Amino acid sequence: MADLSTNLAGIKSPNPFWVASGPPSNTGYQAHRAFEAGWGGVVWKTIGEPIVNVASRYSALNHGPARIVGFNNIELISDRSPETNFREIAEVKRRWPHHAVIASLMVETRAQWHEFVRRATDAGADGIELNFGCPHGMCERGLGSAIGQQPAVAEKITGWVMETATIPVIVKLTPNVTDITAVARAARRAGANAISLITTITSITNVNLDPFVPEPTVAGRSSHGGYCGPAVKPIALNMVQSCAADAAVGLPISGIGGIANWRDAAEFIALGATGIQVCTAIMHYGFRIVEDMHEGLSAYLDSKGMTSVTELIGRAAPTLQKWETLDLHWQRVARIDYDKCIGCNLCYIACEDGAHQCIDLKTPEELGLGLGPGRVPHKPVPKVRENDCVGCNLCSLVCPVDDCVKMTVIENGRPPMSWSNYQERLAAGEMQPIAPHP
Amino acid sequence: MPIQPLLPAAAIAANMAELKPALRRQEALVEASRCLYCFDAPCIMACPAGIDIPAFIKKIAHGNPAAAAKSILSANILGASCARVCPTPVLCEGACVLEDRDEQPIQIGRLQRYATDYIAERDIKVFTPPAQTTGKRIAVIGAGPAGLACSAELAQLGHTVVVFEKQAQPGGLNTYGIAYYKMRPEISLAEAELVRSLGVELRCGITIGKDLTIAQLEKTFDAIFVGVGLGATNRLRIPGEELPEVVDALDFIDQIHTRPLDRVPVGRRVVVIGAGNTAIDAVTQSLRLGAEQATVVYRRSEGDMSAYDFEYQRAKCDGARFLFNVAPVEVCGSAGHVIGLRLVRTNAGADGRPEPIPGTETIEPCDLVLKAVGQEKQVVLLRRLFPALQIDAHGVIARDPLTGQTSVPHIFAGGDCANGGREVVNAVGEGKKAAHGLHAFLTRQTAAPPVQPSRLGAKTGPTGSGLLHPVRVHELEAALKK
Ligand SMILES: Cc1cc2nc3c(=O)[nH]c(=O)nc-3n(C[C@H](O)[C@H](O)[C@H](O)COP(=O)(O)OP(=O)(O)OC[C@H]3O[C@@H](n4cnc5c(N)ncnc54)[C@H](O)[C@@H]3O)c2cc1C
Ligand SMILES: Cc1cc2nc3c(=O)[nH]c(=O)nc-3n(C[C@H](O)[C@H](O)[C@H](O)COP(=O)(O)O)c2cc1C
Ligand code: SF4
Ligand code: SF4
Ligand code: SF4
Repeated sequence: MADLSTNLAGIKSPNPFWVASGPPSNTGYQAHRAFEAGWGGVVWKTIGEPIVNVASRYSALNHGPARIVGFNNIELISDRSPETNFREIAEVKRRWPHHAVIASLMVETRAQWHEFVRRATDAGADGIELNFGCPHGMCERGLGSAIGQQPAVAEKITGWVMETATIPVIVKLTPNVTDITAVARAARRAGANAISLITTITSITNVNLDPFVPEPTVAGRSSHGGYCGPAVKPIALNMVQSCAADAAVGLPISGIGGIANWRDAAEFIALGATGIQVCTAIMHYGFRIVEDMHEGLSAYLDSKGMTSVTELIGRAAPTLQKWETLDLHWQRVARIDYDKCIGCNLCYIACEDGAHQCIDLKTPEELGLGLGPGRVPHKPVPKVRENDCVGCNLCSLVCPVDDCVKMTVIENGRPPMSWSNYQERLAAGEMQPIAPHP
Repeated sequence: MPIQPLLPAAAIAANMAELKPALRRQEALVEASRCLYCFDAPCIMACPAGIDIPAFIKKIAHGNPAAAAKSILSANILGASCARVCPTPVLCEGACVLEDRDEQPIQIGRLQRYATDYIAERDIKVFTPPAQTTGKRIAVIGAGPAGLACSAELAQLGHTVVVFEKQAQPGGLNTYGIAYYKMRPEISLAEAELVRSLGVELRCGITIGKDLTIAQLEKTFDAIFVGVGLGATNRLRIPGEELPEVVDALDFIDQIHTRPLDRVPVGRRVVVIGAGNTAIDAVTQSLRLGAEQATVVYRRSEGDMSAYDFEYQRAKCDGARFLFNVAPVEVCGSAGHVIGLRLVRTNAGADGRPEPIPGTETIEPCDLVLKAVGQEKQVVLLRRLFPALQIDAHGVIARDPLTGQTSVPHIFAGGDCANGGREVVNAVGEGKKAAHGLHAFLTRQTAAPPVQPSRLGAKTGPTGSGLLHPVRVHELEAALKK
């Protein structure tokens, strides 16, 4: 069985699965339950001067029967006192010496940062996470994303923390920026030991059209929220990869955003994260989801012959390159497996109205296909004109049957040529411009 | 006329095809994604083996069917057969919350089959053979579901186990008794192999009480688990019962499992006496083997039937006839063969027992009578084997329901011989509990009943806090102070 233990900038944990700072990491009780269930680390709900929350804090995006595809909240940082939080951190550490407990902090002045870093360290925390991310409420008070959106401010405050920190410091980044690497680099310059990303994305999930108020509603009003859950995973993956690939960042990464199962976790790690954090999926199903993450990741590593999770870190990163390096000559076309096709013709209409009109509808008789499931006399079935197919994937994405539309590589004998090669060869007069698509 | 096989092999094969075929991958994924992943789920509560159903379904949904199979088999070593034979509408699926949301319940049985088939087809091993360390030896009598489940659990607890089985093949009724359209005997035999792979020794063809005595067992074993099941079908005690075409339904079903299907003799007009699940299996399988008419006769009313409603409906779909409130009085014969069954109408007497109504006799013509009036309790066998064993008023072994321990401290029991006859999964659950009872007895500890899996997920041992139930803050603080 593969070794799942991780070491993120000196913070050791028995596995890469951490509970992200948020409601699931609000109390010592929850931290115990999380470790009991198998989580490797807990990033405490952000500690600062206690705040007051509103009632009605969350809203969600549902999709068909699937609940909470995306999740939105207007909650602030911990509403418990720093004394209580630090005392419980100490208790949890005593019982779970080999698990990671990270204190997430958000305060204002340099003196306060110094004090809170010291208290977290005294409580026995294994590391500190600086919450520069919260995009709602706290930012109106100049905290959270108000810091994370300004590299200079983030650098200055991280610097304050580094003045006193004796345990590893992780800077948590907000995705509400145009270039995520700018703040990541600032963190690096200030001496941070790692970064974690992403926090939530500013959002409005839905508007209740009866009283004309967006959700979540607080006495007839609402406010901008922070978006997370499965829907944000693609955004998070993109930002994690951007930081992992940037040599000027060069810090270990704790990946966050929409992770709900082992596969999601493995994808973050393969793009360069050392470990991952989860909030929404726990809020939906409880700590027990870690069992599947644990077993799934270990089985996956075993199947790849990897003996430890560290071998997976960044395995997919080198394959992500600039568009201009991609091979313009590589050709792929859609091929339909008529043994699987159920004759819904969704591929046809997608290509016809949404892509490049490369699929025809033909009767099974015309195609010389026998009758069978999805093929009744005279009912048209799709037929791809491979010569016209541009290989965009759309039909295979809409097809409701797994592996039915197979995107198949065509060996066309043409040597690889990227956009930059093409530009060079054009400039050198070695070739004529490629004719525009008809 | 003597009875004979009626249909060609191909026709029988079609009739006996599996009623619930395997789910294809996509079907399984869609079905799995419907599961709500309930906490403290009612489906788990309804499973006598306590499989963590939402957890295994989630693993299927997330593309890890091998881990799903491991979850299943660690709770129920006969998970592959239970997936096929469990009466799910009255167990897990009957409890599924989706039914209360006006939806079809999750097809838990078929998903369970999907996961267990997945590892069987790929020969994936989910268990490493446990080290046998305790030095304690346990003899298990009977390789039916109860005996196999008990052995597997004992082996995983580190004990040495030898199973003695009277029949040539292990599995008990799971191998010889299940309706053929539900499960093939190969599945049950493969499970016995899985148990063997855990280091359990299976010795078939040995009858305890004949080939070996209890005294001999007691000399070489520290404790005994009794999982001998029930006996043959009760006698009818009516004239004509000795005619050759009056057959124990269990023997009839046994032939289906031990002969090529086109060599199983069946009547053209079959009458089945009794109205339990065995009667249903007998009547449907008669029809599927080619009987032109098959009738269940029952001395009480439709509402009194012990067969499950879904089994009753299935038999009716197969074309079975049902005659209620009639009792058999005599099997009529001619030239030494059955030609009919004399019936009398009944009505419920003062004490609720059916009483014949004089002058209402009729003859139901038939050439095969199948007896399905309940299996005998093993009182005679048990008294002979264990004179000191306490047997309760129902003729089954009296035992502690949590540990399986009987009135003789080193003897434990479970399955049909102790519960009077229920389902495979009950036998598994009881075998498992008895294994923990035996473990506690042999290691002189108090028995730890298996933890309800969907609760906290508490683990004992080095990584767990040892807290077994969901705790609230004040309880936790109290526990931490200790
Ligand atoms: C016709 C029929 C259909 C059924 N269909 C279903 C179904 O669809 N689903 C379901 O869940 N349940 C079904 N059941 C019930 C199920 O088969 C039993 O509940 C289950 O097999 C009980 O397991 P067991 O281990 O207690 O007993 P058994 O399966 O009866 O096993 C007992 C074993 O002990 C052996 N044995 C007995 N005496 C000795 C001895 N002296 N020495 C050595 N070995 C001995 C026997 O040979 C046998 O192998 C059915 C039962 C019948 C009769
Ligand atoms: C209700 C709620 C409260 C949160 N509170 C905090 C917080 O106090 N500090 C923090 O750093 N992140 C907080 N987060 C952000 C999460 O830690 C995490 O970065 C984000 O939700 C993305 O991960 P997910 O998709 O797994 O939920 C909160 C998220 C939610 C949903
Ligand atoms: S989840 Fe709990 S706290 Fe939130 S609204 Fe429901 S009952 Fe109240
Ligand atoms: S979308 Fe898929 S299943 Fe539907 S017609 Fe096209 S190939 Fe067939
Ligand atoms: S009750 Fe139904 S929906 Fe809930 S966990 Fe069980 S199978 Fe899934």
